[in-house]
Amino acid sequence: MKTIEMPLIFERSRPGRVAYSLPDSDHSCEYEAELANLLPSEYLRDEEPELPEVSELQLIRHYTALSTRNHGVDSGFYPLGSCTMKYNPKLNEDVARLPGFAYIHPYQPEEQVQGALQVMYDLAQSLAEITGMDAVTLQPAAGAQGEWAGLMMIRAFHEAKGETARTKVIVPDSAHGTNPASATVAGFDPVTVRTDERGLVDLEHLRELAGEDTAALMLTNPNTLGLFEKDIVEMAAIIHEAGGKLYYDGANSNAILGITRPGDMGFDVVHLNLHKTFTGPHGGGGPGSGPVGVKEDLIPFLPKPVLVKKEDMLTWDYERPQSIGRVKPYHGNFGINLRAYTYIRTMGAQGLKRVSEDAVLNANYLMRQLQPYFDLPYDTVCMHEFVLSGKRQKKAGVSTLDMAKRLLDFGYHPPTIYFPTNVEECMMIEPTETEAKETLDAFAEVMIQIAKEAVEEPETVKQAPHHTAVRRLDEALAARKPVLKYDRG
Amino acid sequence: MNLPKDLKYSEEHEWVKTEGEKVRIGITDFAQSELGDIVFVELPEVGDEIEADEPFGSVESVKTVSELYAPLSGKVVEVNEELDDSPEFVNESPYDKAWMIVVEPSNEEEIDELMSADEYEEMVSED
Repeated sequence: MKTIEMPLIFERSRPGRVAYSLPDSDHSCEYEAELANLLPSEYLRDEEPELPEVSELQLIRHYTALSTRNHGVDSGFYPLGSCTMKYNPKLNEDVARLPGFAYIHPYQPEEQVQGALQVMYDLAQSLAEITGMDAVTLQPAAGAQGEWAGLMMIRAFHEAKGETARTKVIVPDSAHGTNPASATVAGFDPVTVRTDERGLVDLEHLRELAGEDTAALMLTNPNTLGLFEKDIVEMAAIIHEAGGKLYYDGANSNAILGITRPGDMGFDVVHLNLHKTFTGPHGGGGPGSGPVGVKEDLIPFLPKPVLVKKEDMLTWDYERPQSIGRVKPYHGNFGINLRAYTYIRTMGAQGLKRVSEDAVLNANYLMRQLQPYFDLPYDTVCMHEFVLSGKRQKKAGVSTLDMAKRLLDFGYHPPTIYFPTNVEECMMIEPTETEAKETLDAFAEVMIQIAKEAVEEPETVKQAPHHTAVRRLDEALAARKPVLKYDRG
Repeated sequence: MNLPKDLKYSEEHEWVKTEGEKVRIGITDFAQSELGDIVFVELPEVGDEIEADEPFGSVESVKTVSELYAPLSGKVVEVNEELDDSPEFVNESPYDKAWMIVVEPSNEEEIDELMSADEYEEMVSED
């Protein structure tokens, strides 16, 4: 790709140019006159907003050109570990655009939107069945808010029992960064439990840490190394005996659908990332959806209102005195929940099981293709993703970051890199079930070529990318001195 | 790898320099080169107590965020405020301009338990 000048929309602006002329209002502007009475004067601006002035064609070309610089799962392979960048079926989009869903308002009377409420009710039940939990809230906007809501429920549970000294949340060193962050935001102190040489939680260390101050253990299973925590039943016993709760981070659910359930493993609270496992489109930043499922003893603490059935009518129940309250306006990201519901109904129980079987098969296939050329820190059957180490290439002076940049030259989105942090020069690869064998083979071929380049012509990799619209960006400068505002100069 | 002989080193890649009754603490050349370009340093405040092996702050690089583990226990008496605006000092000058905190140790024996430059070098070169 040639480097082409791409001016900002503001730089294309010329005074007086318009993309669309709105017709004159046929209503008198009585409200405008009153604006000064409605808002304090310091919040009213005198000058016109400096919006860009371009023609409709310029506008269309500008954003069309920008869109061609994007990489999405519809344009190419996207093996970003722990993000489950699977194909998002277009049927989901058709359903989300049905007028009965697209043109309703959250303030509409319940009797007018029973269909939408039924979808939410059925989705919550499906997710409860899939995870083995007793009730599900659809409110949380995405994974991290789900974690926070789940921890707030655990906190409310302990406080209701008068156990206010439970201040610690145990988190493995391989956990997603959001886990300790959510624990901190929910008012707990995160404590790290070690990973042992198997890549699994060190049970002895967990036993030492569990005690009267334990509020919960947060765990991803399979964990971020792509390994199934097979001691989970014993871990659950350790935590439950100490009086704590088990929290399941559902980021890696794509590995277990229809095969095992967090509820059966002993977890008390679960969040799911519908935008990952259940095909909500999330390449451009979402929105996500992070429903939370709980076991029976935590139901009183669910965010309110809770959808209940009364005489064949679905209605919102606000009378929940022990609820942690509302965590999001309206009722969650309804559009994404609708897509997840469509996906679940399209796939069916058997289909969802196939999803996980194929996701695990694809990951193991790719892992074995790449194993001879990279270091494989945990040489065992992986789940839906695996981690490689670029240690061998680092010795030749080529870092994992260099190899990730080189992948861009071949039109691939790089894997997650430098995470989990307990693996040196880490690459975390999640192919997902929706990729064909030919795609995996083609990707493996490129990875093998890059591994060879790292030794034979390291400069090619260290100077990469060569063929993208922009070369290597100064990420350090961008983080140290971010420019967040366009300055007309 | 630059490892001044007059410093002591911790397993978590901090260096410790004894200055009379106090110690100066920062991260090693090895740590900064592993982390890559540092973009943010979070430090405690003067007067805070730090506890050996517990986090006392964090450094953020373009790659990752790492906690800083206290090599010993004590009271923070000075903090390098310059790192707020110039986190790049950690990469450019880890033993000098990028000192992080000065501490009054509460247990002098903890200093003796730290590694020498040779011991630290041996630790990080193990594969």
